[in-house]
Amino acid sequence: MAKGNSEARTGWLLVSPPAVYTVLLLAAPLATVLIYSFLTGGKGEVGAPVTLQNYIDLFTQPVYRAVMWRSLTISLMVTATTVILAYPIAYFVSFHVSPSKKSLWLFLITIPFWTSYIIRVSLWRTILGYNGIVDSLLMGLGITAEPVNILSHGFASIVFTLSHAYAPFAVLPIFVSLEKVDRALLEAGQDLGETRWTTFLRVTLPLTMPGVIAAVLIVFIPTVGDYVTPELIGGGKTPMIANLIEVEMLKKRDQAMGSAIAVAAMLIVGVVSAAFVLANRRYLGGRK
Amino acid sequence: MMKAPGLRLYAMLYLLVLYAPILVLPLFAFNDASIVAFPLAGFTTKWFGEMWQDPNLGIALRNSLIIALSTATLATVLGIFAARSSVRYQWPGKPIVMGAIMLPLVLPEMIVAMALLVILLSLGVPLSIFTIIMGHVLICMPFAVAILTSAFQSLDRSFEEAAMDLGETPWSTFRLIVLPLVMPGILSSFLITFTISIDEFIISNFLGSGRPILSVYIFGQFRFPAKVPAMLALGTILVCFSILLLIIAEYFRRRGVARIGGKDTGGFL
Amino acid sequence: MTFSAERSTMIEFRDIQKYYGDYHALRGINGTIKAGEFFSLLGPSGCGKTTLLRTIAGFEGIDSGAVLIDGKDMKGVPPNVRPTNMVFQSYAIFPHMSVAENVAFGLRRDPRSRAEKASAVEEALQMVGLKGFGARAAHALSGGQRQRVALARALILKPKVLLLDEPLSALDKKMREHMQVELIKLQRQVGITFILVTHDQEEALVMSDRIAVMFEGQIAQLADPETLYRRPNSKKVADFIGTMNFLPCSVLSEAGGRIEIEAQGLGRVTLTEDQAPPPRGESPVVGLRPETLTLLYPGQTTAERVVGGKVDEAIYFGDMTYYDVYLDGTDIEVRLSMRNVPGRPILDVGEQVKVAWSPEALVLFR
Repeated sequence: MAKGNSEARTGWLLVSPPAVYTVLLLAAPLATVLIYSFLTGGKGEVGAPVTLQNYIDLFTQPVYRAVMWRSLTISLMVTATTVILAYPIAYFVSFHVSPSKKSLWLFLITIPFWTSYIIRVSLWRTILGYNGIVDSLLMGLGITAEPVNILSHGFASIVFTLSHAYAPFAVLPIFVSLEKVDRALLEAGQDLGETRWTTFLRVTLPLTMPGVIAAVLIVFIPTVGDYVTPELIGGGKTPMIANLIEVEMLKKRDQAMGSAIAVAAMLIVGVVSAAFVLANRRYLGGRK
Repeated sequence: MMKAPGLRLYAMLYLLVLYAPILVLPLFAFNDASIVAFPLAGFTTKWFGEMWQDPNLGIALRNSLIIALSTATLATVLGIFAARSSVRYQWPGKPIVMGAIMLPLVLPEMIVAMALLVILLSLGVPLSIFTIIMGHVLICMPFAVAILTSAFQSLDRSFEEAAMDLGETPWSTFRLIVLPLVMPGILSSFLITFTISIDEFIISNFLGSGRPILSVYIFGQFRFPAKVPAMLALGTILVCFSILLLIIAEYFRRRGVARIGGKDTGGFL
Repeated sequence: MTFSAERSTMIEFRDIQKYYGDYHALRGINGTIKAGEFFSLLGPSGCGKTTLLRTIAGFEGIDSGAVLIDGKDMKGVPPNVRPTNMVFQSYAIFPHMSVAENVAFGLRRDPRSRAEKASAVEEALQMVGLKGFGARAAHALSGGQRQRVALARALILKPKVLLLDEPLSALDKKMREHMQVELIKLQRQVGITFILVTHDQEEALVMSDRIAVMFEGQIAQLADPETLYRRPNSKKVADFIGTMNFLPCSVLSEAGGRIEIEAQGLGRVTLTEDQAPPPRGESPVVGLRPETLTLLYPGQTTAERVVGGKVDEAIYFGDMTYYDVYLDGTDIEVRLSMRNVPGRPILDVGEQVKVAWSPEALVLFR
């Protein structure tokens, strides 16, 4: 049909500038990384032979495995923390805030997210660090005699800082799914003999699982690849995948190994996300 | 509306923790002590003066502004193309193409940065402010597309048909009807992408070959305890500035919704 | 509201076919619309009436056939140069412009002076009863006002044809009835062809000179309202327009323009040829409208034929009462309507009644 073709042509023509941009600056680089990951690198050069050695090293050498394992654990802990803490707040805003004030609450929750990430993370360093704000506060109040230096517990402070940084990310999708819940269903639940709590467990929670799943993915994916927090808060002693990529790419100048880590990271993120979505697919079917 | 005092208290605490670092900022930015710790020593504005002692801040600020303005313009223009095409026209392959454009949203930024770095180095492109802009546009475009898509979606198709019916060509229809009606979305996209670009660290750090960029500069300065108070002063200014931008963006977004006579469905994203 | 046959043809459909992918939206549309006519496209949702209207405006292309406006084939002619203007279902009043700017929108390329255009706008607003509303913001208007602005905006361009896509569906009942009358008056005043799309049969009957009833992408019947109501050409059209009772029957003989039938509950009836639209190979039924049946109150007599029955349901409507009555010797219920005038009590369910009917009111579908 002539008309269908011309519409498709116009659509393609319009989308071509951003599409070409994406192909050149995203698809091509990612393809390069994929190819590099099967080559041999070192001293800033990448070349033959084609090999699986990078991947073998990555999954057998304890250094690499430790970092990848740590990234995954930190990220999963951050995800669990943010989503569990975010649900009640989303619930509060959706169910207990009058409609005219909902936007204001959402706005308040989102503002910190839009203020400089670097400044927020750096501030935690100042707040939690040796003789920092928390230490001086605790010592000043006579609670401790010595600086606690929370920052020295790299793992825990990274989890804390990342959870704080990604908190608003988790609230929004859960809020949206809560807003979509037909309030009559909850009344029906109670009408049919459920308490408010069991209604929540049997009606509200299952209905909002798509939002929870979205929140999980939206927090999990970027935290796996976070660079700034391990660097500033962990003081470089608790590296995550992104820091490892930097070390391989720029310090060791082994772009092949760096590429392999990047590809592995994307695979891990993809597999974990897909597994999570599959495990919860019964909540996602049939709802638009 | 059911009462829930427990939940309300929790919500207050949540907000308090969320805002804790931002509240700490001005507290110590105006504190007359070079060590950031309690007890507070007294009021001063000297840190706001001291931060300008470092000429690099001026350069970093200028570079960041150039980058953010270029990024916001390019990402929004490209976003208009993508959003308009995906909302208004049916074409084969749309899910794949739009998915690719939105991909940076779910890719760890480090991977985007390194992939770009690898290809730039292999092509022999020298790192500069220009390469940072290239990277920033890539990661800002999904945000622009998301905001603009919702702006274009809330535009009733019959407005365009009415204009055509009344004698306008497709292009003059776009100029007279579509553009003015999505203008709030365009402004809000511009402001959001501007803010993201100013804040962005990874790409600015790795694709800029060490040029002073605001976020990179702050990251570096925080490592020196003596510089921290001045950075808190700078941070205070930046936070106030981004909140201002956000309020403006939110204002335009709401005005856009109200103008088209739609229903407000919440904030960004 | 009579339509004179001498008028020239304004729009001609020639075997229009349109597909949306595999969906066959318009299946061989033929017909003409005369100049100055108030024409309606009537049908249930999804019948293709809006699609057909949009092919006239140029918003939809067609896969084969032709649309001619004033004798010119519209193939390849974009909407902005067609001599038609449209009132959209949503009215599509530009929200960022004032009322006057909306009405003047189509005059942008008009060579007239600013003052001349302004007076044209004022004139158009006056015509739709919105004199002095020019400076109002578009989003501050009520539904009825929006519609008037949409009308003024379209009519100011003096189109040959005004297209109206369900223009009254967004209004409440009172407003709708009011605007129906206004639209009829407006059409007489400007004298151009109006083509109305509607799913409301009552609206179509009230407003139109002629109506095309559409089902599944085809025109089922194209006729004036009275013919459509009294002599529908198929059971489907009869059922869609108003209410019709159907009684199974058998055709006994057919000769010399007279058809002898035996209808359940009514007995033997002789019909004339014009009471029997072309056969479609369906099992034969006769149809009769509720208002052609009359209940006989005690002591009343009639020259018409009479059949006995029992009231099964009485539905009170204020000015009217509808009765569902089982005709004697059948298990068939017919609905009839009686005006509630003084001295006519509402009958109880279960009462035995006599129903008068006349053979001329029957239509035979087969």
